[in-house]
Amino acid sequence: MAKILGGIATSHIPAIGVAMDKGLEQTPYWKNFFDAYPPVREWLYEQEPDIAVIFYNDHGLEFFHDRKPTFAIGAAAQYENADEGWGIAEIPPVRGETELSWHIVNQLVEHEFDITVCQEMKVDHGLTVPLTLMWPGHKYGHIRVIPIAINCERHPMPKPSRCFDFGKAIGDAIRAYSSDQKVVVFGTGGLSHQLDGQRAGFINKPFDLYCMDKIVNEPEALTKFTNFDLVEQAGSQGVELNMWLAMRGALQGKLTELHRSYHLPISNTGAGLQLLATSDAV
Amino acid sequence: MSQVGHIPGNIMFDGPMATKGYPLNKMCYSFNNANGRKAFLANEDDYCERFGLSLEQKQAVKKRDVIAMLEAGGSIYYLAKFAGILGLNVQDVGGLQTGMTTDEFKAFLVQQGEK
Repeated sequence: MAKILGGIATSHIPAIGVAMDKGLEQTPYWKNFFDAYPPVREWLYEQEPDIAVIFYNDHGLEFFHDRKPTFAIGAAAQYENADEGWGIAEIPPVRGETELSWHIVNQLVEHEFDITVCQEMKVDHGLTVPLTLMWPGHKYGHIRVIPIAINCERHPMPKPSRCFDFGKAIGDAIRAYSSDQKVVVFGTGGLSHQLDGQRAGFINKPFDLYCMDKIVNEPEALTKFTNFDLVEQAGSQGVELNMWLAMRGALQGKLTELHRSYHLPISNTGAGLQLLATSDAV
Repeated sequence: MSQVGHIPGNIMFDGPMATKGYPLNKMCYSFNNANGRKAFLANEDDYCERFGLSLEQKQAVKKRDVIAMLEAGGSIYYLAKFAGILGLNVQDVGGLQTGMTTDEFKAFLVQQGEK
């Protein structure tokens, strides 16, 4: 059976991608943020995952409001990035993994998650920034990616508890996949930030740290929040915590927290990085 | 989502707002494409007309009034693409919405880490 080695949660702020494009990683603003990543990269290097399942939200590249799925999964051999309109450099195509995608789709529908399936799908910074952070220099060609998009843009959005259960159904599907492949699951986005309105610039460090505490062994504490609670506590884009919850839902058994860091502000955001290994990690 | 109250300074982007904002957001979505950006800059009024923006939306766009665009149903994810055309980043946009200069807004962000 396929194994889930662990979960990685990371912010996906566009400015991170721009900073990497410009080689600013060691400048004073960015140094502490980027210096947090090598231990996670080393873990990935040692674990040699075959497949990365990445929960992210599309910010108006693939999905406009004309057809905006609540949950969508890619089932394509390749995914392309494209111009998002404001200047982040495009990255080379990402390899897909169709067989496990279809297996997950079958299992999800069997368990009453009637998901949208995309056989073509452009992936935006929500997915590409984490990929670039984990494998700088576009060295992600060896890993096959399954993108899973969660609506975090237009209310109503799926509830935090639902996102957690959705992640759990995906984790169960992966663990039931007859293959010896190794999978790592990513929850991207967050933590607290608000880009819009007079409330722009709102960040809630205590809440972010609370979430990083609870997600390890008491994720149920976070699934009690409504999306309204998340907007109130973490800002209008703080609902991206839902991707972290989906990632956490996919993990099972005893977890070891191998890394945690938090930097504020990165752009307008409280930026978190966390690595949770399962007992299937080497 | 069960809407249980109002959060000051926040406009919840929900279904009715998405209906109201559709032409404005659709126009901003077109800014993913370099030709869309070029066409907007070449003739703003024509471009707004082409997408059927309401009068309120056209005026907000003309004035570069971010709060007015949000109130007219704009989604920040698409307005960010518009800001990109104008050479503004999210700190500039934050300043515009809160009445701060960009530097004041950046300092405000830093302060929240010191709490």
